[in-house]
Amino acid sequence: MTPTELLAPPVPACAHCGLPVPEGTGADETGPRFCCTGCAAVWDILHGHGLDRYYDLPERRLAPVQASGRSYDEFDHPSFHALYVRPAAGGLLETELYLEGVHCASCVWLVERAPLVIPGVARAELEVGRALARVAWDPAATSLAAIARFLDGLGYRAHPFRGARMEALRKAEDRAMLVRIGVAGALAANVMTVAIALYAGWLDGMEPAYFNYFRWISLLLTTPALLWPGRVFFQGALGALRARTLHMDVPIAVALAAGYTRGAINTVTGTGPIYFDGVAALIFLLLVGRFLQQRAQRAATNATELLHGLSPATARVVDGSAIREVPTEALIPGMLVEIRAGDTVPADGVVVEGRSELDLALLTGESRPKVASPGDRVFAGTVNLAAALRVEVEQSGEASRLGRLLRQVEAGAGRRAPVVQAADRLAGRFVAVVLLLALVTFAYWWPRDPGRAVDHAIALLIVTCPCALALATPLAITVAIGRAARTGVLIKGGDALEVLARPGTLYLDKTGTLTEGRTRLVAWEGADEIRPLILALERHSTHPVAAGFLAAWPDLPVVDAADVRQTLGGGLEGWAEGRHVVVGSPAYVAERTTEPVARRAAADLALTPVLIAVDERIVARAGFGDPIRAEAGDVVRRLRERGWRLRLLSGDDPDVVRAVASRLGFEDGSWIGAATPEAKLAEIERAAGEGPVVMVGDGVNDAAAMARASVGVAVRGGAEASLAVADVYLTRPGIDALDDLVAGAERTLRVIRRNIGFSLAYNVAGAALAMTGVINPLIAAVMMPASSLTVVLASWRSRTFGGRP
Amino acid sequence: MAKPDLRGPAVSVLMIVVPLALVLVAAAIAAYVWSVRRGQFDDLTTPAIRAIQDDEGTTKPED
Repeated sequence: MTPTELLAPPVPACAHCGLPVPEGTGADETGPRFCCTGCAAVWDILHGHGLDRYYDLPERRLAPVQASGRSYDEFDHPSFHALYVRPAAGGLLETELYLEGVHCASCVWLVERAPLVIPGVARAELEVGRALARVAWDPAATSLAAIARFLDGLGYRAHPFRGARMEALRKAEDRAMLVRIGVAGALAANVMTVAIALYAGWLDGMEPAYFNYFRWISLLLTTPALLWPGRVFFQGALGALRARTLHMDVPIAVALAAGYTRGAINTVTGTGPIYFDGVAALIFLLLVGRFLQQRAQRAATNATELLHGLSPATARVVDGSAIREVPTEALIPGMLVEIRAGDTVPADGVVVEGRSELDLALLTGESRPKVASPGDRVFAGTVNLAAALRVEVEQSGEASRLGRLLRQVEAGAGRRAPVVQAADRLAGRFVAVVLLLALVTFAYWWPRDPGRAVDHAIALLIVTCPCALALATPLAITVAIGRAARTGVLIKGGDALEVLARPGTLYLDKTGTLTEGRTRLVAWEGADEIRPLILALERHSTHPVAAGFLAAWPDLPVVDAADVRQTLGGGLEGWAEGRHVVVGSPAYVAERTTEPVARRAAADLALTPVLIAVDERIVARAGFGDPIRAEAGDVVRRLRERGWRLRLLSGDDPDVVRAVASRLGFEDGSWIGAATPEAKLAEIERAAGEGPVVMVGDGVNDAAAMARASVGVAVRGGAEASLAVADVYLTRPGIDALDDLVAGAERTLRVIRRNIGFSLAYNVAGAALAMTGVINPLIAAVMMPASSLTVVLASWRSRTFGGRP
Repeated sequence: MAKPDLRGPAVSVLMIVVPLALVLVAAAIAAYVWSVRRGQFDDLTTPAIRAIQDDEGTTKPED
């Protein structure tokens, strides 16, 4: 024995994603090892094209690659091109693709570099923040489908980007906002510089000629700031008055107009205070606060359209003996469509020919495939796993179940926003109080000294302008969202943090959320020698069970099988090494053996049983299931300790759900199985009537519920495009980050309260000083930036997210 | 020794310098507006990442 053999072997890591390689796979092999076939395929592509430098990048994706294996044929369809592809210079074509799974620096490298190895691809550019890839290619040399297949092989599923027009609008809006902030900032900085000279001169003595000179310069600088970037406040105030509501913009507009007018009059007459430094700084700071808030809110609303990428763009219509491809939008009830293995069903309908199995996980969350035979209904968005089907279309597009679900998602997203409304109410009250105080001040001083009455009222308006208040919440939230993103938690809306900060009811989906969402071999009872025989047969099948066997024992010697026959919903039989092998469901095996099949134990109910018979004798039994995530128990316990009421809401079979529920300590009554997407939505609606509800899920079947819940949390690994509706997206695999999210939200809300408390205290003090007439322009000028600066620093220094690495 | 009165001539420089500064501010604002409208601030994340990585060609000699 050599000394090295005495050491415990290190846990081998997947050469692509770095996760541990499952036990028992290729223990004595040298060279790269992989956790799954997807990772191995990507490693081959990268290595084969000399792109190994990817593995030197400091930040790489740490999740197994799952290629979908879709054909992407529809990407080359003329109707697809008419919708999404546009010509570019030099005879090239160009389009934008939304890619699932893009989230880090290494993705930029991979997506921009790897497709260039396909001859004919001219450019590939990735915008990492929104996962949009802009690709340009030469139609004579390659096709978009080939590019999409290549990206899919790397683990990035491609979807057409349907929001190009919205996108252009948003870009224009963003640019206008940036221009306003930049101009306001530059002007405010210069007005302040001049103001420093004026205050210095006021304390130290300055010749009146220069004094007036600087005041005129201030007027000159403040005028464009008020008329260009400051215009939005007047527009906002006018809009609010027309709608007969009080809005933050109202006192801001009054303060700006009053301050500027009084300052301009005083400049011309050469007496009294000018308010230009305050006015310019107000415009700038308020615009910054508004920009931060707008960005945080918008991310939450932009993405429903990505969901539409879920249904295929074209369908194969059977027309007599010919088959032609038509865009999915053109399907009408009564048409006959062919759905081949691996295709996504384009419309709801009834099977008229063929027998296959469908993966419904996307739509209903069921973890086991469902058999479809003539007479059965199939739904758009589900995936055909095994054999070709012919389906008569009943409903398509908007009318299909998927379409209705998507509409519910949109409706749900539009209906929520209690937190925003609360903030608006607070602002309305604040505004009313400020305007009232200004009137009282004016009325009190008017009989004593009309000039001072005007000055004191303006001082009050400027000093109480909700500058720090407007910054308090957006800043704290922006900082928290930035910190959270670095720890793998993407938060789209600030209101999500406010809801998560207080314990309420939290619904968890099962498949893909609490469990891994993949069929795996979890129980095995039988001799090792028969394993190669099973694999020999399973290599001929595309069934999830076959994939499960192959993934469980990837490194066994390859044995050839002959005469393999597959019965859908049953199993496989064939010959390997001269022996008759049967692998399949108990009923299927029972028909082919002489031995009686024992009834399965109650504990196995959660598993899909598979029996193996060799030469007519049952020699082994295997159980397939969807294993619970390793960290799920811990996370569930910690959330309960924080006071959350947890409930399990799953579309899967009640037996399976019960098994998971009891393992994780959910009492009877706190879990619901066999829930359709519509039932999930109804349950969330009911619970939402009682208080804030959080929904954690991973699929389209959860999407409507997630959109309706106060906060929807999406877990990595599901259909990412469908998770666009979620408010929070966990980019780390697993649900470990859920606890960090809740803890971070609690801390963020504390920071917000502190900020609001501080700015209100400042406003009260400022208002008192202004009403009593103690305040002078210098004190106001110092107080205002000081309060904002305190809020900025307090937010920046706060430790909200990222306590752990 | 009498203190020389520096204030008069020193401050009169302001009559030239301040308008000059205003012209510079206007130029800076114009440049900024131009760059925003050309889309240089649309995506701030990706170019930063790209700059670090872009040194090498697509292919690397196999070993």
